[in-house]
Amino acid sequence: MREYVRALAASAALSVSMALAQQQKPPASKYRQDALVYAELSKAPQKARAKRNPLQGDPDAVAAGRNLFEQHCTECHGDLAGGGRKGPSLLVEQVQDAEPGTIFWILTNGVVWRGMPVWSKLPEPQRWQLVSYIKSLGVAEPVPWRGSSPKPSSGSATAPPSGHR
Amino acid sequence: MSAAVLRSSRILFLAPLLFVFLPESSLAQENPYIIAYDHYLEEPGNLEIEYFSTFGTQRSSNDFHAFWMEFEYGATAWWTTEFYLDGQSTFGDSTVFSGFRLENRFRVLKREHFINPVVYVEYENISGADKLLKEVEGHDGERDYADRNAALREEHHHELEFKLLLSGTHKGWNFTENTLAAKNLSNNPWEFGYAIGASRPVALRASAKRCSFCRQNFIAGAEMYGGLGDRHSFGLADTAHYVASVIAWNLPSDWTLRLSAGFGLNENSHRLLLRWGVSREIIGFGSMAKNLLGGHR
Repeated sequence: MREYVRALAASAALSVSMALAQQQKPPASKYRQDALVYAELSKAPQKARAKRNPLQGDPDAVAAGRNLFEQHCTECHGDLAGGGRKGPSLLVEQVQDAEPGTIFWILTNGVVWRGMPVWSKLPEPQRWQLVSYIKSLGVAEPVPWRGSSPKPSSGSATAPPSGHR
Repeated sequence: MSAAVLRSSRILFLAPLLFVFLPESSLAQENPYIIAYDHYLEEPGNLEIEYFSTFGTQRSSNDFHAFWMEFEYGATAWWTTEFYLDGQSTFGDSTVFSGFRLENRFRVLKREHFINPVVYVEYENISGADKLLKEVEGHDGERDYADRNAALREEHHHELEFKLLLSGTHKGWNFTENTLAAKNLSNNPWEFGYAIGASRPVALRASAKRCSFCRQNFIAGAEMYGGLGDRHSFGLADTAHYVASVIAWNLPSDWTLRLSAGFGLNENSHRLLLRWGVSREIIGFGSMAKNLLGGHR
């Protein structure tokens, strides 16, 4: 019986510590946080920036990248990549004007101290498929971080992905 | 069929049903290892609920079915915390709750490198009846599990366990090595162990369509683990070692299934360990918990 009580107490302690660990930032700090994450793009080494996307021009890569984005990225960056509670918008110039190699580098290394995990567990071709999709989105007008879907620029591929939750 | 087998079967089949009632989840890209750890942590704010079963053969006693529930939470991108509840049924004997574990993993380096270290710290409060064989350490061997559950439960382990996880991913292959040092908080010497693993997705490119049986959803590999003696007798003498094939199936319907067939490599080892597990990830669990405790949205 004592073991059950100990186990229950431990699980309660764990739940409280998990909730406290998940401190949500107010919007003002969210903008600062986003700026710090965008600043990470400039830290990509020259060798990484120079890498070319081997799947550039492959339409299947964009479609596959969209699936991968829905599976792994929308939780933080929003359904349409316009930003979410945790992650910044990817429809901004800082991201869309970045070299494909820079985005690939960020995906591989994450921004661990700022909350973005490393995504090297996705094989290289899948990370390039994600790069293809992100680069296909184009720049959109900024929207409040918790607001409605962003307004895509004309000709960009920000139509709602099919089958998304 | 004995009562223990019936109880064990109920747990085996009913525990996964819990997952059906979970809220929104996302497709995970889980590795197939059951014993070894790679350097990837849980995504921040997500809770992964896992159930695992182990069927083990036992010479000079009855075979057993050990099982555990695992709650894995990504506190930050560099810290994952886990909680385990363990139990087992020994055929022809009884079904017992065998204890709990609290585990934390910390990523050390900011960026991805050729080898990525992660520090692992665990506290175990388990009885001698724990038969998960989740870690094989010191001079652990098959003979330690031969007694009846009533006798095994008399033995208690309050143990601190440290691991250094070294892992890297290259050309789709993940290679990992875990070194283990454990100290029973009673007056026992430090014990040591290891686990190594290699795995790779069956296909590296994702397909343009969502599908259950696409090759990229399957990750296959192998792992090996065993004891390395203790502070007074470090080495391979009188230790148990296992090798296992592992496979994970990451389903688009949010589930991950894992299967493993493990074989003992010497006389100190169980001959066969069959393991399977099912897991599901709940996204945004941290925010939900915070709201529940009165935090603002």
